[in-house]
Amino acid sequence: MTADSSLRPVRTSPLAGWDPALPPGLSAREVPFRTQLTLRAAPGGAVARAVAEYLGHPLPGPCTAHLDTEVEVLWLGPDEWLLVAAPDRAAELTAGLRAAIGDAFGSVTDTSAQRTVLALAGDLLPDVLAHGCALDLGPAGAPAGTCHTTLLAQAGVTLVVREAGPRQAWLFVRSSFAGYLAAWLADACVEYGAG
Amino acid sequence: MSTPFRVAGHGRVDRSATLAFTFDGTAYTGHPGDTLASALLANGVHRVATGITYGRPRGIVAAGVEEPNALVQIEAPFPEPMLTATTVELYDGLVARGLGGRGRLAATPDPARYDAKHLHAELLVVGAGPAGLAAALTAAGTGARVVLLDSAPECGGSLLGTREHIDGRPAQEWVDAATRRLTAAPNVTLLTRTTAFGHYDDHLVLALEKRTDHLGAAAPRHLARQRVWRIRARQVVHATGATERPVAFDDNDRPGIMLASAARTYLHRYGVLVGRRATVFTTNDSAYDAALDLADAGVEVAAVVDARPTVPERLSRACAERGIPVHAGHVVTGTSGVDRVSRVHIAERDGRGARRHGVDCDVLLVSGGWNPAVALFSQARGTLRHDAGLATFVPGGPLAAVRTAGAADGLRTLGACLADGIAAATAALTALDIAVAPVPVPAADTELPHPALELWRVPSPRDGVDGAAQFVDLQRDALVSDVFRATGAGLRSVEHVKRYTTVGTAHDQGRTSGILASGIVAEALGTDVADLGTTSFRPPVQPVAFAAFAGRDRGDLFDPVRVTALHAWHQEHGALFEDIGQWKRPWYYPLPGETMDDAVRRECRAARTGVAMMDGSTLGKISVQGPDAGCFLDRLYTNVMSTLKPGRIRYGVLCGVDGMVLDDGTVLRVSDGEFLLTTTTGNAAKVLEWMEEWLQTEWPELRVHLTSVTEHWATIPLVGPRSRDVLAAVTDGLDVTADAFPFMSRRDTVIAGVEARVCRISFSGELAYEVNVPSWYATSVWQALYDAGRPLGITPYGTETMHVLRAEKAYPIIGQDTDGTVTPQDLGMSWVVSRKKKDFVGRRSFGRAENLRADRKQLVALLPVDGHTLLPEGAQIIATETIPAPPVPMLGHVTSSYRSAALERTFALALLRSGSERVGETLYVPLDGRTVAVTVAEPVLYDKEGARRDG
Amino acid sequence: MQLIPCPWCGPREETEFHYGGQAHVPHPEDPAALDDEQWARYVFFRDNPKGPFAERWAHTAGCRRWFNAVRDTASHAFLSVYPVGAPNPLGDGSRQGQEAGA
Repeated sequence: MTADSSLRPVRTSPLAGWDPALPPGLSAREVPFRTQLTLRAAPGGAVARAVAEYLGHPLPGPCTAHLDTEVEVLWLGPDEWLLVAAPDRAAELTAGLRAAIGDAFGSVTDTSAQRTVLALAGDLLPDVLAHGCALDLGPAGAPAGTCHTTLLAQAGVTLVVREAGPRQAWLFVRSSFAGYLAAWLADACVEYGAG
Repeated sequence: MSTPFRVAGHGRVDRSATLAFTFDGTAYTGHPGDTLASALLANGVHRVATGITYGRPRGIVAAGVEEPNALVQIEAPFPEPMLTATTVELYDGLVARGLGGRGRLAATPDPARYDAKHLHAELLVVGAGPAGLAAALTAAGTGARVVLLDSAPECGGSLLGTREHIDGRPAQEWVDAATRRLTAAPNVTLLTRTTAFGHYDDHLVLALEKRTDHLGAAAPRHLARQRVWRIRARQVVHATGATERPVAFDDNDRPGIMLASAARTYLHRYGVLVGRRATVFTTNDSAYDAALDLADAGVEVAAVVDARPTVPERLSRACAERGIPVHAGHVVTGTSGVDRVSRVHIAERDGRGARRHGVDCDVLLVSGGWNPAVALFSQARGTLRHDAGLATFVPGGPLAAVRTAGAADGLRTLGACLADGIAAATAALTALDIAVAPVPVPAADTELPHPALELWRVPSPRDGVDGAAQFVDLQRDALVSDVFRATGAGLRSVEHVKRYTTVGTAHDQGRTSGILASGIVAEALGTDVADLGTTSFRPPVQPVAFAAFAGRDRGDLFDPVRVTALHAWHQEHGALFEDIGQWKRPWYYPLPGETMDDAVRRECRAARTGVAMMDGSTLGKISVQGPDAGCFLDRLYTNVMSTLKPGRIRYGVLCGVDGMVLDDGTVLRVSDGEFLLTTTTGNAAKVLEWMEEWLQTEWPELRVHLTSVTEHWATIPLVGPRSRDVLAAVTDGLDVTADAFPFMSRRDTVIAGVEARVCRISFSGELAYEVNVPSWYATSVWQALYDAGRPLGITPYGTETMHVLRAEKAYPIIGQDTDGTVTPQDLGMSWVVSRKKKDFVGRRSFGRAENLRADRKQLVALLPVDGHTLLPEGAQIIATETIPAPPVPMLGHVTSSYRSAALERTFALALLRSGSERVGETLYVPLDGRTVAVTVAEPVLYDKEGARRDG
Repeated sequence: MQLIPCPWCGPREETEFHYGGQAHVPHPEDPAALDDEQWARYVFFRDNPKGPFAERWAHTAGCRRWFNAVRDTASHAFLSVYPVGAPNPLGDGSRQGQEAGA
């Protein structure tokens, strides 16, 4: 956003003010305003290579994410990735990526406000997730860097395991579902002595 | 208070604590570890219920989930119907009463929490009896994830109700050691009070854990009372044990007539004597254990009636030592008693009732043999075979990932069950390439019992209809004579007999009655029960409360509530909301004292005469990118999209291959290689998926990418003749004149410091704009528009006003004015169907004879002649003022109906047969016993010339 | 709750998928060349065998990809999954393909 610089636009994230009562063993917060770009490119093709070169690391394969870099990359589908970076970098990264892609067939779409991110951590996390996620997220099957787009309760999420267990995970959720998911998580925690 | 039938030196109840409870209005006491049934029996109470059809007194038959009789209603602490007294753990303050087969639902919402949880394992072992414990111990050592579950509050299964030995010590010591080891193992999840109730596809086993039921009113409120475990295991061992079955004879339903093993369980597990003087009727060895144990505990065993011609020497000697008379080759032919059995009639089996004599007793213990509990294995598609030696059906062999072990496998000795558990776990893990160290088999009894006699019933010695007092299914009050009536009516399949007689359809799923019915059907048909088979076993194998299935998907979490970025603003400004799919959309914004009609009239007037705004963010939005994007859209939309110039917008309709309207919306060309299209709110996901289907499966050669941006963009329609003034006020330098910013075009600008895409689109016929900004900025941009419009009386409006405005212009709502049988031509929108394009999806269908009929239903407007009747949506349309005799010829139906401020009358849209030919006709809509006269009109009622769109 | 093997994401619960009907029923190259009955065959008629059946599925709640699968309609078992565009493992015996795809 390079809007009128004299007027700093006011923005509100889907879970602004969310401060749930959580039990010991779980922390949760919204990570708002991440730059999120949807990249579409043929896997292993020229565009994917050009993007990898631009980012400085390869695009991750199925059900994994490339984490802990300036631009983190989540695998969403065989020709679809979500690029995640600090706030307010959409214009600059989009321009850079489009320049790298050139005339080849690939697309970059700003979807920053399409989803928000919930950062969850703690010993209780495996239990809380198991109340609504059918996937086996045990450490053997889901090491750090695991990335699944699936259902958590009745909401579609992209779940990124940042520390195996999972002891730390990010949930990418459609903005309109964020309130439902936040309420569901808080309710799941009642069992463990929240509030 | 005394509990006269509690016996010292037996049982696992905690006698140091006393629990008070009330049953059928009488106060009693019991102990922790009791079930409601064991506590009642300890107080000498057998009669607990009433037969549903014949009203006969009924008693406790079993000691577990197989109980067919003792249904109770819990009254306090919270009403709960239809529980078996044998599975209700006793707690202080329990108030219950016996049922005659029908419970009563609570009239107030259940305050308890219920939840669900997923669990993954390499091995699931169902049942923590000897075989299950042996299996779990075997697997625990491998480090593989193991889940062991059991219905009871503690492990042990049958060992809790017998007095067997393992490794030379009482079996309970082995159970305790095994429980300690499994509890300590980090790779083992041990779930007690947990009943597997269904084995589904791909080894998903659902189990219900009763977590706080046994705590009664003391249950912590924050804990889920019951939990549905969704266990996905790679291998499953069903160590589910076996269920004793009865034999049918005359008056076999009196209180005091029980399964023999149940009496033994009440003695050993609960320290309860089920009576003072017992008669035992058996077809196999197992009932002797009950007779001998009860005799040793002080019960006078008046007789053992063994249907087999000879009794094994070991057993007859043991009976003789205790002075128990044994009648070999005899059967029980009937019973006497009022509220309880008091006398049993026995006779030689081959003598057709000859040499009958009576034996006085207060309990009759019956064993007709044992049925392996194969329901879950059978649900997993395991096959069953008939075993003549056991006189029952047993698993036909393991599946690739599902096995049975122990008594569920048809094994009858403790030693064999322990070995089988070890073998089953070893085979299961080996199938997963997990190495299993050899496990020694604990030493236990391996002496095989003598063969059982297959005896389903004893013919009635009385005159009259045979079997008319012999109960097959005690809960359903289904009789042997009912089974005979079914076979007499020509039914040959046990499945049909089940439906005809209702045998096996009660809460107990026919655990004690199902195979009995098969045997009696076989007898009636003169066939072999082995050929007849059993009825199929369906989940849930045990009743599960709806609340448990619902789990936490209740109240606000029942269905996801989707909200837009502007939701808080709408709430603060008094909006009422309408559910559109999962979305909450503002419906209208009533001012204090306003009715809905008042509010909608005010909102409509603002949009038509001043300026109004709404939240259109729920519109589906799809970014279509790539060099072939235009070609792709041309193949899908009925009109041409590839000729759009960047910055221009076109309305489009999507049809299915059948030519019926699927969705509609606008298409904006963002740049040469990028389009942004909108879908209706409810169809956003469906349209994207449908487009991906064409792209991925039919035209993979097209270089097109589809990306949903529905929630990235907030959309704010700004509507009305003064909307241009508001837009001009919030933008700096944007030329908003009609020439510079024409209809169906886009301009980029900055509003409230936010880059905005403004499109001149109208869904009302008025001058209107759609302001699109990233949804983070929706509230500040909305507020800026609202503030700028305040001097002009800007009015926020909801979906109701939107519907009125669009209906006045006959803009259809897909899914409301259409139903999957409506073509664009039916909607009067032939103009949106290209004649130039060679093909697009659905085009060929427009030429089908059916779609060319002149009498198709077409969209028209209906004007009630009286000007004020509001026709209900869905109302039918007929040709005559009086309603003719049925069948009434229907001409069509009302799809939308509103009061119009602009027209100062009510009006409706309708799909009407030959509608366009009927314009000007008067037709009738039946309503509340009369008919309403309506005039058919061209659908567009307001501003037919389209003069208002430029303001 | 059956598991369906998404070729990209692995086995997932069936609620994550949408069914797309019979596979290998191509949109006719030139619908205008078909008579009403031939066109109706394409639009309205599909096979309904008991046993192995080639179908289309979409992993809608996951990777959004359409794929083909051979499923036994009697047991529901997925016998194989394969990419869109790959030949029908059951052979090219599609009735629709022959009659309507002309």
